[in-house]
Amino acid sequence: MPIDRDEVLHIARLARVGLSEEDVHRFQEQLSQILDYFQVLQELDTSEVPPTSHVLPLQNVMRDDEPGASLPSQEVLANAPQREGDFFKVRAVFEE
Amino acid sequence: MGDDLFRLTVHEAAHLLARREVSSRELTAAVLDRLQGVEGQLNAFVTLTPELALEQARQADERLARGEDVTPLTGIPAAIKDVICTLGVRTTCGSRMLENFVPPYDATVIVRLKRAGLVMVGKTNMDEFAMGSSGENSYFGPTRNPWDRERVPGGSSSGSAAAVAADACLYALGSDTGGSIRQPAALCGIVGLKPTYGRVSRYGLVAFASSLDQIGPMTKDVTDAALVLQAIAGHDPNDSTSAPVEVPDYAAGLMPDVKGLRIGVPREYMGEGVEEGVRQAVTDAIERLAEMGAEVDWEASLPSTPYALACYYIIAPSEASANLARYDGVKYGYSYTEGASMWENMERTRQFGFGAEVKRRIMLGTYALSAGYYDAYYLKAQKVRTLIRREFESAFQRYDVLVTPVSPTPAFRLGEKLEDPLQMYLSDVFTIPVNIAGLPAISVPCGFSQGLPVGLQVIGRPFDEATVLRVAYAYEQAAGWRHRRPPL
Repeated sequence: MPIDRDEVLHIARLARVGLSEEDVHRFQEQLSQILDYFQVLQELDTSEVPPTSHVLPLQNVMRDDEPGASLPSQEVLANAPQREGDFFKVRAVFEE
Repeated sequence: MGDDLFRLTVHEAAHLLARREVSSRELTAAVLDRLQGVEGQLNAFVTLTPELALEQARQADERLARGEDVTPLTGIPAAIKDVICTLGVRTTCGSRMLENFVPPYDATVIVRLKRAGLVMVGKTNMDEFAMGSSGENSYFGPTRNPWDRERVPGGSSSGSAAAVAADACLYALGSDTGGSIRQPAALCGIVGLKPTYGRVSRYGLVAFASSLDQIGPMTKDVTDAALVLQAIAGHDPNDSTSAPVEVPDYAAGLMPDVKGLRIGVPREYMGEGVEEGVRQAVTDAIERLAEMGAEVDWEASLPSTPYALACYYIIAPSEASANLARYDGVKYGYSYTEGASMWENMERTRQFGFGAEVKRRIMLGTYALSAGYYDAYYLKAQKVRTLIRREFESAFQRYDVLVTPVSPTPAFRLGEKLEDPLQMYLSDVFTIPVNIAGLPAISVPCGFSQGLPVGLQVIGRPFDEATVLRVAYAYEQAAGWRHRRPPL
């Protein structure tokens, strides 16, 4: 199932991954090949089979909502690429 | 014996430490020396922590002197895969994205190992974000196989496997999403155990595919695997998928006895595509188990096996595309700031921060989850996951364990599969089904092909690591492969 150039660009945009012209070319070819390989699954009749998202028989694991210690904010902010005071600094989300 | 301290197993070293014949400081110094001597040839580490190791050794010696709280891991030098968060020690995941990331907390497995008396010599190299089967996808350069430096050590726990095989640590931790502990263990001739999904806490493990990831031991022998698993296993309230299941005494269960044990050999794992030397070594190993009194059925079958690879390469990238959405250049990690807008910065951050394989998988996962394709890919793969799981369940009504090769070939050459992702994916064809079904499995050395190590995979029922370890132990004791060492 070959995918076209526009589809590669569409997926890249959904994933917020910038691609070089060379990447677009290479991924178009490689993703087509891999998606083609996935077609093998269509041989299996799964109409009566429920999906498995998780192998353990666990559901809705709850705990009491008790306050505990949080990570110190200075240590967390130490990894921030850009900060202003005690805040992460980002570019404006809404453009003018 | 002083010079050869680095060659010891964990249990051998623990004996000497407990009897005060050797100090942790001496042992650690010997291992650090050895590490310095071989690292230039292997590139097994991203970060070395010799000062931390010597300080931890000093504390361990105090503990050993008091004789209080001593465990089999107290004062034993270890290496940790760089996907596991270590407080104050940078954790890169083999990626430019996290090149300078210093975790503000320890993963639960590290908390537990510290409690047991951890001495950490460094953080090991790996395929970026644990995506790869050769170690070549690391931003910090490929790791080389100690048995042949022109060949890959396997991946993604490439550095951990190479370090253990080269005696640059006494044991290591790895992580396994589709074979990343077992395949490099096989290719480097060591023991690697992937526990049952839920057996070991994932808290502090940088997430790749959350329904498949598990942390596990990589060791010089099976006894050590039991000791390390003992230290890291058990329920953790910080990981809601860690199972509240009791942890048995693994070392106590190690008996060289497989009499009457029912072993199934699924024929789908011994067919086409298995290299002749691998087939021979694995066949010999299974015959050995039969001679020792196990009941072997060579005609077991898991018919959906040929579909497991496609199933995995839909599910794992889908989960990865969601997990890796957090790398946006805002809170931590690599950040591109020169763009004209927030969106451009984010896209460039991910373009330059991630390597090719990570981007490929994010793209695949995003595609499989996107509108119009969800049913055909992701939902279909989840249904096939049910079929694969059910086949294992029914096989385990007839057999106590299943045995297979770990990898269809021994270590391949550096660069051989780098430009062909599908060929690379195929080297995990026998390990992937185990993650899909969430089962425990071990890789134990079972001989050589073309002078390179081959691994035998023993797969068990959920939470029955004890039986998996026992079969591997019985075989290891009978076969004696451990005495052959890489030429380093």
